[in-house]
Formats: sequence, C-alpha cells, structure tokens
Amino acid sequence: MALHVYFCVSPCIVFVHHVRSEQVRMLDRFSNKSTSGTLHLTATHLIFVESNAAVTTILHHHIASVEKLSLTTNGCPLVIQCRNFRVVHFVVQKERDCHDIYSSLLRLLRPVSYEELYAFSYNPKQNDQQREEGWQLIDLGAEFERMGVPCDQWQLTDVNRDYKICDTYPRDLYVPITASKPIIVGSSKFRSKGRFPVLTYFYQEKKAAVCRCSQPLSGFSARCLEDESMLQAISKANHNSRFVYVMDTRPKLNAMANRAAGKGYENEDNYSNIRFQFVGIENIHVMRSSLQKLLEVVGSRSLSASDYLLGLESSGWLRHVKAVVDAAICLTKAVTVEGASVLVHCSDGWDRTAQVCSLGALLMDPYYRTIKGFMVLIEKDWISFGHKFADRCDQLDGDPKEVSPVFTQFLDCVWQLTEQFPQAFEFSEWLLLQIHEHVHSCQYGNLLANNQRQREELQLKDRTHSLWAFLLSEQQNYVNPAYCPGHAETHPVLEPSTFHIFVLLFLTSLNLYLDIVSHMKPTICPQETVPSRLFNEVLDTICPSLLSTINRCLINGTVPSCFKHEAVQPLFKNSDLDLTVLSNFNCHSYQTFLRK
Amino acid sequence: MEFSEHIKTANVEDVVLRRPFYQPTKGTLCVTGHHLIFSNRGGDSARPFLLLLRNIDAIEKSVENLLGYSRLFSSTGQSQRPSVSSGTITLKCKDLCVLQLDIPGMEECLNIASSIESLSSLETVSEMYPFFYRPPFLSLQDQWGLSSTEQHYAQMKEIHDGWRVSQVNRDYSVSPSYPPAVIVPHSIDDETLVKAARFRQGGRFPVLCYYHRETGTVIMRSSQPLSGANRKRCREDELLLQAVIDGSELGYIIDTRSSQQAQQARMTGGGFESKSCYRGWKRLHRQLEKGKVLQESLIKLVEACGDQSHSVDRWLSKLENSKWLSHVQTALSTAGLVAECVERDGHSVLVHGSEGTDTSLLVSSLAQLILDPDSRTLAGFLGLLEREWVQAGHPFQQRCAHSAYSHVRLRHEAPVFVLLLDCVWQLARQFPLAMGFSEPLLLRLAKEVYASDYGTFLCNSDQERCVTGVKERTHCLFQSLLRANERQHYSNPLYERTELAIWPSIQPPSLQLWKGLFLQWTDDALHLVEAQKVIQNLVSQCHRPLNEKVENTDG
Repeated sequence: MALHVYFCVSPCIVFVHHVRSEQVRMLDRFSNKSTSGTLHLTATHLIFVESNAAVTTILHHHIASVEKLSLTTNGCPLVIQCRNFRVVHFVVQKERDCHDIYSSLLRLLRPVSYEELYAFSYNPKQNDQQREEGWQLIDLGAEFERMGVPCDQWQLTDVNRDYKICDTYPRDLYVPITASKPIIVGSSKFRSKGRFPVLTYFYQEKKAAVCRCSQPLSGFSARCLEDESMLQAISKANHNSRFVYVMDTRPKLNAMANRAAGKGYENEDNYSNIRFQFVGIENIHVMRSSLQKLLEVVGSRSLSASDYLLGLESSGWLRHVKAVVDAAICLTKAVTVEGASVLVHCSDGWDRTAQVCSLGALLMDPYYRTIKGFMVLIEKDWISFGHKFADRCDQLDGDPKEVSPVFTQFLDCVWQLTEQFPQAFEFSEWLLLQIHEHVHSCQYGNLLANNQRQREELQLKDRTHSLWAFLLSEQQNYVNPAYCPGHAETHPVLEPSTFHIFVLLFLTSLNLYLDIVSHMKPTICPQETVPSRLFNEVLDTICPSLLSTINRCLINGTVPSCFKHEAVQPLFKNSDLDLTVLSNFNCHSYQTFLRK
Repeated sequence: MEFSEHIKTANVEDVVLRRPFYQPTKGTLCVTGHHLIFSNRGGDSARPFLLLLRNIDAIEKSVENLLGYSRLFSSTGQSQRPSVSSGTITLKCKDLCVLQLDIPGMEECLNIASSIESLSSLETVSEMYPFFYRPPFLSLQDQWGLSSTEQHYAQMKEIHDGWRVSQVNRDYSVSPSYPPAVIVPHSIDDETLVKAARFRQGGRFPVLCYYHRETGTVIMRSSQPLSGANRKRCREDELLLQAVIDGSELGYIIDTRSSQQAQQARMTGGGFESKSCYRGWKRLHRQLEKGKVLQESLIKLVEACGDQSHSVDRWLSKLENSKWLSHVQTALSTAGLVAECVERDGHSVLVHGSEGTDTSLLVSSLAQLILDPDSRTLAGFLGLLEREWVQAGHPFQQRCAHSAYSHVRLRHEAPVFVLLLDCVWQLARQFPLAMGFSEPLLLRLAKEVYASDYGTFLCNSDQERCVTGVKERTHCLFQSLLRANERQHYSNPLYERTELAIWPSIQPPSLQLWKGLFLQWTDDALHLVEAQKVIQNLVSQCHRPLNEKVENTDG
C-alpha cells in the first residue's frame, strides 16, 4: 500500500497524508493490547480512526517530539510525546510509510512564523462582531479600577504608550503619583530590559501595593538616583509602612553571579527604606529538567512504590512548587498582615515574578478565585506583563534553552491551593487543564507571542479568537460544585500551611499528571463533535441513570476514576500464567466513549 | 472498685488542655477508672471532653519547679496564687491525636501521669471499659454479632450440595483460634478434619471463606502445614484439599511468604505443600510483611506525617523509607492475584502464611471485596470483617495493644487490620461508586480497633471471648453501626451497586497516602472535612430527585 498525498477541499480539514487501516496500530499505554486503524495527517491535526470508529486526534502544536524506534517484527514503532504529557505509541507496518509520516510530521511540527499557527486558520463559525465582543470580555483598565486605582497615590502613566520605554510591558502602566517622567525613564534605564517598577496589585484595605520589575543593573557598585527615588515613591505611597519590601525571587547565589554581568540586586545601603530579601526559586533551566525527570518517573511502567517515591523526590518538582507557594505566602503576609508594599523581581521579571505576583494575588483577593477573575489574573500578570509564552511554550521553532514549564508550574501551584481549599475556588481542575491545553494548542490568540507589542503587530485581535470567550461560553463545565461564595467572606485571605501543602502536593499532584496523561479531553478537533453528537442522540434512551452518574462524577470532581468502575482490569502480560512476578500484573483500562 | 488503687489524685483544677482544632482551654481534669474527663465549667462547650484511657499510647511528662521553694516560704498573702511549680503531660493517643495538659502543681502532675500510665495499660480483659459501657440505645439481650457461621451457610443455598457446616471445633479442642463451626467440603467427615488439623499450625485446617457463584470456585484459608524438616505428609490433609478441587484439574495455593521463608519454616516444624503430595495444586509465593516489620513501618510513617519542621525536603524519602505504601501495594496485588485465579481462570485458591491469622485474612478479605458485590455494602462489609477477622481469630488484643507512639518494647503488635482498612480505602478511592460505605466508617474502625466502648475487638479468639463473657456482657460494635442514624452517616451517598469485580490499579501513582487517617489531626483536615460535608449534601440533593424519578417510572 503506497502512501499518497492528496489535498481535498473539505470545510475544515485538509488531508495531507493517508495510511490505510491495517497498516497502523496504536498501542495501549498500560497493556500490550493494540487497536488497528487509519492514520490521517491533516495540515493541523494527526487523526487516528480505529476500526470501531473511535477517533484519536492530536493537534500538531501539541506534539513535542516524534521518535522513530528501531524496526521490530511487527513493524516500525513511532512514539509521539505531547506537550500535554500524553504519549501515543503507533506501530506502522511498513518502514517506508513510517518514515514518510515521520518526516512529514517533523516538517509540520516546526512552524517558523506565527502565521503558520492554528489560531490563524481556526474558525469556530463566529462572525466578526462576536469575535470582537469575545476580545472585550476582559478589560484590564476596569480591573485596576476594581482594585481602586487610579487613586490619590497611584496614577495611570502614558510613558509607555508607544512602547518606547519598555517594549515588553503593556501600554497602560500604573505608578506612584510622585514618580515623575524623568524618574521613570531613569529607573527604566537602570533595569534589565527596561522593566521598571510598576503596580500589579493594589491591596485596597491597607493601601499596600504589589509592584514588579526586573533586576537592577547594579553590577558591583553602580547606583541610579532615579531608581532610588522610584522605590522611595512606592514607599511614600503607602502610609501604613515606613519601608517597602524588595523580594528577589532568585537564590542568592544566582543573583550574586549576575553582578559579574553588570546586573544584580538592590544594595540596602543605597536605597533608603527598603527591606531586601531573597526567596530562592530556581531558574527556568532547573525547572525544565525537573519536569523532565518527573514525567520520566510518572511515565515509566512497573515501578515499585519505593522507586516511584524516590524518583518523585529526586525530580525535585514538588520542592520547586513548594518554593513558589512559599514565596507567595511570604508576599501575602507582608501585604495583608504588615500592610507593607512589596516590590517583586527576579532576573527579567517575567517568569518567577509573574508566578509569585499572581499566586500572591490569588491568596489575597477572592475575586481571582472566581472563573472570570482567574482569567483576569492570567491576562494581567502573565499576558500583559510579558511572560514569553511563545518562547517558554515552544510555540515557534526556537531556542530549546528558552523553553520552560513556568506557566505549567503556576497552574500546578493553583491546583494545589484548590485541593487545600476545596470551597474557596469557583473553578475546578478542568479549567486549569483546559488552559494548560490551550497554552500549547495555539488555537486562540490570547496566549500567543511573547508580549503585547508583538500581539498588536500580529493583529491577533482581528485575526484570531479569544480563549476567554470560548471558556466563558462553556463555563458551567468548569464550576467547582463545592464552591461557597461565602467562603470569601470568612476567609478573604487564604493561609495555606507550608508543610502540609507539601504533603498534599505529593498526595495529589500525581493525580493531576495522571489525569493529564491519560484522560485528556480531546476537545480541539472539529471531528470530535461526531461522537458527542451521536452521544446526544442516544442520550434520551440511556438517561437518567447515566445522567446521574455524570452529575455525581462532576460533583465528586473525579470523573475519570469513576469510569474505572468497569474499566480497569488487571491483565497478565503473558498468557502462560507466570504469576510469580509482580510486573506481570498489569493494569489496563477499557476506555468507554463516555470518558470523552 | 480496684481502679481506685491506681488513682492517686482524682481531680485537678485549672488544668489547661491543648488539642488539635481547639483553642487551649482551662478547666477541671478528672481521672476515673476508664476515662480522662475534662470540663471547663465557665466555658461555652457544655459537654465535657472525654478520653478513653485505653486510647492512650504513650505519655510524656515534664515538670518545672522554678521558684517553687522560695514561694513556699513566702508570705501567706501569696498563697492565693496558683502554685508556680507545674507540669506538662503530653498524651499521644492510638488514634494518632496528640494532646497536652498543663497541670499546676508538680505533685498532682506526677500523680495524674502515673495513674494514667497504670490505668491505660491494664491487661485484664474483664476490667476493660466495654464491660461497663451501657448505652441507653442498646440492650445486652440483643444478638451479639451480625451472623453466625450457620446463618451464613444457610443464606448460601448454592453451596449446600458440595459443602457442609462442621461442628468439629464446638469445644475449641481441634483449633483454639477457630470458631465452633466452620464450612468444609461435604465429602470430608469430622474425623478426617481432626487429623488434618493436627497437621496444620494451631489446628487451622483449610476452611471455606468465599464461594464464587459465577465460576463455582472457592477461596479457602488455613495455616501452614507442619511438614517439618523430614517432609512429613498427612493423608487426610491431602484428601481435604483434593475434595476442594474435585472435578477441576487445578487449584492455586497462595503462600503469603517468600519461597525462601517457606523453606526456612521447615526447620521449625512448619513448611509448605509439596508438589508431589498435593497433585493438582500449584503453589505461588508472594511475600507479605507482618509482625514487627509492619509495626515499624507504621511507626516510621506516623513519624513522617507528624514532622512539622519546615525542612521537608526529604519528606518523600521519609515516606518511602516507611515502606507503608509498598505494603499496601503488595497486599492489593496479592489479593488481585487471588481474585484473578478465581474469576478469570476459574480455579479455587487456598491462602495461607504461617499462622494463618494475619496476612491470610488480609488477602482473603480483600479478594472478597474485589469479587463480591455483597461484601461491598455497609452490612456486607461489616459481616465480612466479622467472619474473616473476629470469628476467624485475628489476635486483636495482641496486635493492637499499642500503636505508633508507644515506647514499650514491641511484642506481638502489628497493624495488619489498619493495613486492611488502608487497602479498602484505596479500593474505595479508585471506585467511588462501588462501595456502600464511606471513609468515616473506615476511620471509625481504625479508631475502635485500638480503643473501644464495644467488645467486638476484645480478646484474641472466639474461645477467649466466650470464656471472658464478652458476648454476654459487652455490646457489639457492628450492631451499633447498623442502627438507622449511624447507618446514614457511614453510607456512601454515591453508592451504586455493581455486580462486576472491581480490579484495583496497583501502579504506584494510583496509591495514595490515606490522609484521612494519617493526617487527620492537621489543620488542613478541617478544610477538607468541611468540603466533604458540602459535597455530601450536594450529592444527596442531586440524588434524591433522581431516585424519586426512578421510583416513579418504576411504579
């Protein structure tokens, strides 16, 4: 069977490659069972249709790596690792077919320009007006107003209207009223990438501000009077406290090393009323390899419980998550208990700073624990302040050293909090999973590119759709049934315990990964509507028992495990019943289409 | 009452009690024969705090006598002030709770401590609290226990052809740890049983514990055969096992020791079924830890969970080092193996370790939970525990004499029953709809097994229970748990009966630490308990209209 390439003009799918059914088998992750089917490659998706019509789709943007293993008697194995941690294992009978798929995937995988991304071709059948409305759902100006800014101490500045001072910041920035334009310009010249201190969250009750910036270019001895007066201005804007905390989220050693490169940290002697403090979150490279190790542990088969725990520990991921949460707790205490303003920075102020500021705000302000509020938080601290989504999430073919799961880690931290305070959050795990899915899917414009300026240049608002509009349109799917709006009144500020957060982390973050790995909801592909439509048609007949099950599953928050009810069967690897070895005892899930 | 000998100081005023989830409170402490009673008269909590002395695992005291003497001789005007010397007693309970009492007066403190020490370690069964507990809602005339072997047999009509109830142990002479009646193959007469029993440790010859209707196969359990170093045989024991697999060609013997351990057991008179003597039986070894190893595992686990220090970087290593989750994994996988043999391959299984009172029970009861929907209901689960643990002679008194905090030298302690509850919890977590009972039941049982108002977990065997009059003079926990209002509390609102076997996943990521038990006294537990209540309410709200709807359509 030859491989043919053809293009057909169907409403939304353009086929590129097509391999006949008996030629491809998909292996189950947990057993040696396999299903045969047809593999299609379209311009945007990889689609595997099983002989029983079950469909598996993978967006090309989700594919992190494709690996061709050495030829076996059954055929040529192809392992696809996805960015949402899914691993799919195909066996293609003919090596030539396999090679063709492999090479076309490699070509499709590595978009070099933004225009190639799915968002520019994705069309959810909305007209322009609907799309514009979608983009207007979240308005950061209104958000600062909600916080009580501008006020008598803080004002909106227009210095960055044309991205002249800092091209990675948004146009609208809030600074102390006493910070004049020369001070701002001077301060920005003394900060890495021009990212001078600006307001990100205002704690109205105590008039305390959370500000963010990048590291100062202090080297071993350099000073900048404007930068010093900038911090002075931040301090003066808060009458509750005589000083402002400066929180360097890096480990001290890293910050010291930066001094040799002309960067560094604030010298307490030069700044009149600051309290300086290191927090010690590791850098993007450490996080990247930590997640890599974690996934290796979680993904490996037949580990003993001991090896598993040790592997988990040595990955360090939980330790890093704890460090981030600890920093956020520290920030929250300074603001809510002491009423002091805090300035947070790391090196460039777009990774660790974004994590700590947004988590801190989540702990301080119940609004961010609602579905809409959480979107606003991401829009503010991550999107507008220039977290480099394109580089960190590897959206375009770029430097692999720039890739790092900083945002994934933030979502994990949030998820830990939702576990510790089940009643405090309006949204459930599914919202976090959906957002994580779409950071990599490049299906919507919000999370594309590295900063606001790039987004405007790409005209994303005119050419793509908004993720928030999509998520809000189906927000009933993401509601946490245990949510109590009253919880916000009794616990306006969350106080997670640092030790037990760690314990809980371990206890359940495994679940998160398992859920991500094995139960991803493939909602991305338009083809997916077929089975669900089918499902809708038969719904009347299998209601209401099914409905009750689903409802209760949703309420319980553990949908996948419910369906294990009939789904998980231990199987022996070998049919000759060699029962003496533990590893012969395996788990296998029979997937029901209900899961989708 | 003889308890008074132990009580040197019965009452102390102005004691400060510190316990999890509560502000420290000042009040009066009172020591009675079985309880510590703490009441703050002025306080808003009307009900006094009651702690069963039996629940106390370890007691630590520290006294301070700063300035005590100088004040003693000072002016009388100061005698009104509370004594400066004081002591602190830390009580570490078997339910893993840690309490602290600040007691004014060094002497009182020492007296109280020594009273607690001696009263909490009383070992005479008939002096224990269950013999004095007389709640208004239960009567001693009620049946003790849920069901007897005969009643259980009578319910299973389908086994009447091949199996019978034997009263051979009616005076406990054949096996002191077995109940008076057991279910055995029809073709085996009592005389053969007596001889077979002599060939098994403790007289625990193979008896039926579960009959699987779908395949007509069974799970049996026993203790190890006493084949010894010179490979003795016992014709009757072989006949008994032959009768079990009569007709089918194969049965499995799951030995809960490693094959090396089984070999070593021969040196001390024990052993295993050799292939040549037991035709048709295939022996498999799965090593399950018990005794000291298990107890130390629990101790390490509890220590790791109580480590509140902020240097938690090594926490996962500590957890790993306790090996508790490995034990859970092994227990579940062995039970899965047994269930697999019965359900998939249609072969009967005999489970035994050495004594047949610990790991054998663990494996056989877990296998039943996997296979049998009847044992997954609330009443069915309690019935299972009664048959497989209480009647089958798990030595509760020895195994649960002390828990994780005790400084006493270990003798026979082992948390086998707690391990069972943990495994059941893992099952219930993986199959949230399949179990008729909820986590609070498992937590309650984990607490009751160490210190209880009820007599169910007293003594080591049915015989001892009869001798000490437990069945006449105490109340039965299982009966009490099945009362209407209790039943509701311990039922799983999500329960939906499934006839299918529930196969647990034993991949390490599927196994979790049972935080409900091991972390129940930490602050986070409060949030989780609260949320659980909300979820439970939501579920029952959702459930009610649906149930009504279903009933309506049925009608």
